[in-house]
Formats: sequence, C-alpha cells, structure tokens
Amino acid sequence: MSPVYIARSTGVAARSLDGEMMIMSARDSTLFTLNAVGTVIWQSADGKTSLAEIVEQKICPEFEVDPVDALKDAESFVNDLAGHGILVLSDGPIQSANLLREKAR
Amino acid sequence: MSLMQELGQRALDRGIPLSVQLDVTYRCNERCIHCYLDHDDHGEMTTAEIRSLLDQLAEAGVFFLTLSGGEVFMRRDFFDIVEYARSLMFSVKIKTNAFMIREKEAQRLRDLAVQDVQVSIYSNRPEVHDAITLLPGSLKRSIAGIRLLRSHGVKVTLANVLMMRNLNDYAGVKELAEELDAGYTIDPTITPMMDGNRDVLRMGLGIPQLQDVFRNSDLVGDVDEFCAPPPAVNDETLKELPCSAGHTACYVSPYGDLFPCVQFPLPSGNVRRQRFMDIWRHSHQLNEVRSITARDLPVCSGCDHVGTCTRCPGLAYMEGNMRGPSTQDCEKSFARTGIPSANMRRKRAAPALHGLVQIAIPLPQSGLA
Repeated sequence: MSPVYIARSTGVAARSLDGEMMIMSARDSTLFTLNAVGTVIWQSADGKTSLAEIVEQKICPEFEVDPVDALKDAESFVNDLAGHGILVLSDGPIQSANLLREKAR
Repeated sequence: MSLMQELGQRALDRGIPLSVQLDVTYRCNERCIHCYLDHDDHGEMTTAEIRSLLDQLAEAGVFFLTLSGGEVFMRRDFFDIVEYARSLMFSVKIKTNAFMIREKEAQRLRDLAVQDVQVSIYSNRPEVHDAITLLPGSLKRSIAGIRLLRSHGVKVTLANVLMMRNLNDYAGVKELAEELDAGYTIDPTITPMMDGNRDVLRMGLGIPQLQDVFRNSDLVGDVDEFCAPPPAVNDETLKELPCSAGHTACYVSPYGDLFPCVQFPLPSGNVRRQRFMDIWRHSHQLNEVRSITARDLPVCSGCDHVGTCTRCPGLAYMEGNMRGPSTQDCEKSFARTGIPSANMRRKRAAPALHGLVQIAIPLPQSGLA
C-alpha cells in the first residue's frame, strides 16, 4: 500500500484551545474539535511526513497504542477530515502549489 | 450544550480571549446618519503594528477575528492584513459596505477563505438606503459587491440596523437577502457616539415599533416563546455574567486602544504601549468588568427580566454606570413581554427632576433666573 501524505487545508481556521484543536471549515462553517491524538496528527500534517511516520514517531510513543491499530484508525480519521475539506491527502509529498490549488477550490 | 457554547465555556474558564474585533480604520466613504464614529484618521496603526498585534492575538488563543471599521477597504493595505490574519489561521469575518468590492476583491476574499462578509443594508429601496448612508448610488454598488461575493462562493450576511427612517423596509431587506442567497440579521440597537453624544438615539425605534418587530414571526420565530414573561429569578440567575465583553472577547480600535467591546468604550489599555496579553490579564478595567455578576447590579438584580434581558453593559456604561441598567434594553424587555423593568418602574416613581428645573420660579440667588 502506498504511503499517505497529509497537509492542513488552507481553507480552514484553526486554533489550539487547552491542547485541543478547534477547526472551522470556511466551506460550510462547520466547527470541529480534535482530541489529543487528532491534534497531534493535525499539527504534524506538514505534507512532507507520511501518515505512517507520524503514527510511528508521534502517536505510538506518546499514547502507547498498537502501531497497526493506530495506523488503521489514523487512516480512517484523515479520510474523514479530508471529506470535510480540512486535510489534503496525497500518495506523495504535498507541495505548497497543491495547497494553493486546494485554497482556490 | 452546543459545541460553540462548550468552547465558549472552556475559553471563559481558562481566561482565553476567543473573539476579538479589530477596527482597522474609522475612515469611511459613507456618512451613515446614525454612525457612532468620527471618520478622521487620528493616527491609525501601521501594517507592521497590526501584524505584530495579530501575532500576539494568535498566541493568546484568539480564534474569531472580526475586521471592521469605518470602511475596511479605505485601507490600501487591507488585503495584506487579511492575508496575514489568514496565515495565522484566524476565522476571519469582515464587516464592510461592499461598495468597493469588485471582481478582483471578491476573488481574493474567496481565495483567502474568509468565513463571512457582513454588509450593512438599511433598505431595499435606494431612496431610503442612500438617504441613510448619505452616499448616492450606495445601495446599487453594495448589492453589486454582494452579488460578486456570492458568485465566488463567499458567505455574506446582510446586517439590517433598524431605525425610524427604515422601519417599513425590513421585510424588503430580508427578501433581498433571500434573493442574493445571503444571511440576514436585524438589530434595532442604535449606539451613542463614542464621545458620549446621545443625540443619535433619537433615530431609534420607540416601544410601539419594537413591539411590532418582536411580534413578527418571520423575524423572531415562535412569537409566544420570544415574548413570554421571564421565568422566576433564582440564585443561579444572579450568578450569571452579563455578556462575553472582557471575558472571552474584546475590541481594539485603529489607534490600538483596547476596550471590552466595540459598544463598551471603557479604555483598558493600548497595544502600542503594552503587550496584548498584559492588558488582557492585568488591566484593572477588564478585571473590574469581569468581577460583575447579575447579583452586583443594583437595579437589575431586583428586576424580573434579569435572567432574560439583553442588557448591554457597554450601553449601561455609556449611560453613566456599567453596573446600571441599559434603558434601550429595558425598553426591549418591556416591548417583548409587556412587563416594565425595575428601571422603568423606578423612573416612573421618581420625581420628575427635569420638570422641576423648567418651572420658572423666581429664585433671587439662582443663576437660572
């Protein structure tokens, strides 16, 4: 299976409140909050680090979870966020140009 | 509790300023007859100063940023400000008259993923709207700006301030909003001038007109529920805070002055001389505002409406006492329910001081004679 790369969409507003992210989609003004695990994934979504690496390097050591289950959950989570236009997914590193195209969507 | 209320409560518990309104200028191309601002430039913050402030606001945890004026597009660097704010991931709302929005501006606001653009519209009829803005052609241009924004998918809300001059036009503005696929809000509050001058209040609605507005189900939904008598006051009611001003929200003027709210001109610090967070945490004025619960309001704590009134502490402050009643809100509570507020009952019972002064009694030592 090819690696998944994730980047924060530029079409959202986001701020950390007490360690948890509040995110609002400009597309439909839907407000989301992410729990601690989701917040780590969001903050690590730089377009250059694959989701597997994020899970392995940031999630597993911090939350002491099984790597296989964690990756499966993380994939489901990022797909959900991508569906709301909050994250951008790609099977390769995401350049800023891709994000600009996403911004204009 | 909704997610938004939950976030508001968490921000309140942790002393985080969730929302800030920043007026980037008081200059304006319109001269609205009820406006509370003077439109001269007394030394606005520079782009660099605003950028520095935005950095501080993001660090402080501000999520909702309203950029307003004056007319925001009077600043040539306005898009620099919006772009910087969006790079810091604020949820940005813009208040404008949309007069200066053309294709390029609409496209840019879409690209910057601005959350909402609020446009002041007073009437669907140019002869009424333009007579309020004192700018000929303003309704036509504002509507053209809104159409462009909508064509690019930017969310727009029509803000309809209601006063005697446009009383009969709110249904028309609401229909216009529907036609433009925009949101609609109505507000019958007229704010005194920032220098304390209250003459503009004469343009506001009287109680009979408020009663009509509050009994219009198109505006308020369930009229019986909206106009229901207030529930009995209990101990919990008296622990409530007046509003978010100074608690999770504040206002910064184009000159860097910080106030609890745009409608609460209590000078609390200046971001040109102090760090935002120092003012937010340590300003005596903000801390005084925060210390006030419904129980501390000498008149309102004994009022039937205390738990449901829209009492604005800023309007009360402009009447002379931030712990006092706000007469405009007393009138709204009365217009909704038919039950006079404690403040209204007190005024009726008080001697008519003005009448006494005006009676021409010869007083040998009086300067009035």
